[in-house]
Amino acid sequence: MIPGAFAYHRPKSVKEAVAMLADLGEDARPLAGGHSLIPMMKLRLAAPTHLVDLGAIGELRGIRAEGGDIVIGAMTTQHELIADVTLAAKLPILRETALVIADPQVRYVGTLGGNVANGDPGNDMPAVMLCLGATYHIAGKAGERKIAARDFYEGAYLTALEPGEMVTAIRIPAPPQGHGAAYEKLKRKVGDYATAAAAVILTQSQGRVATCSIGLTNVAETPLWAEEAAKIVVGSALDAATVKKAAAAAESIASPASDNRGPAQYRKKMAGVMVARALTRAKSRAA
Amino acid sequence: MAKAQITLKVNGKPVEALVEPRTLLIHFLREQLNLTGPHIGCDTSHCGACTVDLNGKSVKSCTMFAVQADGADVLTIEGMAAPDGTLHALQEGFREMHGLQCGFCTPGMIVRGYRLLKENANPSEDEIRMGISGNLCRCTGYQNIVKAIQFAAAKLAGAPVKEAAE
Repeated sequence: MIPGAFAYHRPKSVKEAVAMLADLGEDARPLAGGHSLIPMMKLRLAAPTHLVDLGAIGELRGIRAEGGDIVIGAMTTQHELIADVTLAAKLPILRETALVIADPQVRYVGTLGGNVANGDPGNDMPAVMLCLGATYHIAGKAGERKIAARDFYEGAYLTALEPGEMVTAIRIPAPPQGHGAAYEKLKRKVGDYATAAAAVILTQSQGRVATCSIGLTNVAETPLWAEEAAKIVVGSALDAATVKKAAAAAESIASPASDNRGPAQYRKKMAGVMVARALTRAKSRAA
Repeated sequence: MAKAQITLKVNGKPVEALVEPRTLLIHFLREQLNLTGPHIGCDTSHCGACTVDLNGKSVKSCTMFAVQADGADVLTIEGMAAPDGTLHALQEGFREMHGLQCGFCTPGMIVRGYRLLKENANPSEDEIRMGISGNLCRCTGYQNIVKAIQFAAAKLAGAPVKEAAE
């Protein structure tokens, strides 16, 4: 399949890229790793007349610590996230999540920025970003703004990005030492989108959960922040009854569609099962 | 649309060409350079038959535009054997361990196996299986592909390998 015709642009800086996106109008799209956009272009689900390739912009790459935060450039690939030693020590849930995205070839090319900015409910990183309380840095011709990941997703492929804007970096508050986190993803095969998945991060104090946050993947039009489910476990020792209650709270906010991955009722149930598993595993990893 | 001029290295040789921006790398390799080793299988970035090595990464060339490869160093199955025709250890492994039946996935498997062994010279069976999880084979059940990559890893490490009878 051959995509429709387009003009190709390869800016060298963010400034140049946002100027292009603004000047070229709504038919221009930024191109990151392309592993969502190019298949969509082949199917004519997307037909941009201009592609602004972000591949040559050095300032969009890399992982750095900044104060108490970890800042990751939008064009950093999943493969780079997996290979990064600092990230593996400070924020292991990112590596765990990246490893269940697609397959090795796709991870060499697919980027964190593309994954979070595309608005595809099947993407794994958005729920992790809701769970971690991440902030997205957004550049437009008018300048830069920041938006919380929890305010970013509005619907399937619908985000708070305005025409001409692009995500340049993802800022994540570094979780405290001794935290426990887990990403549990149910999928039919390697490379598949989640039937349901859950991200959990928690801290403990004297055997009880001190703080907790939970995100859900692919069980609604947007990733979900399961605030109520997390509140239920705070203060508990994560006994079986509490885990069950939290799972039920997560299920109650899930509204998946029936598809090849299963009927809606099953996928809703699996959202709860993934939350229960992720809670248990996160606890086992917490100090 | 205006064609773009690209300059890259393919299997060690410099290449200059004009491409339409929408030309996929796999079509450029197969139709403009006549390198028909990389195959078009699913055309949706699932099967890995189109895998080539680009700047030290395994990529699915059906999901990349040729213009994006401007300045890149590309390796396809055609570049694996030595100029005198001596097979690469991976090619030998696939032959010796019966790592293929129909052969359609083989170019992608071998090029992927090449990068896997560059990054991890002594992979476990699990690491090999995860490493080739982006490449589908519908004939072998993967057993002999794993053995073929193990054969190559041993041979590249200088270990004696048992060769099957011709």
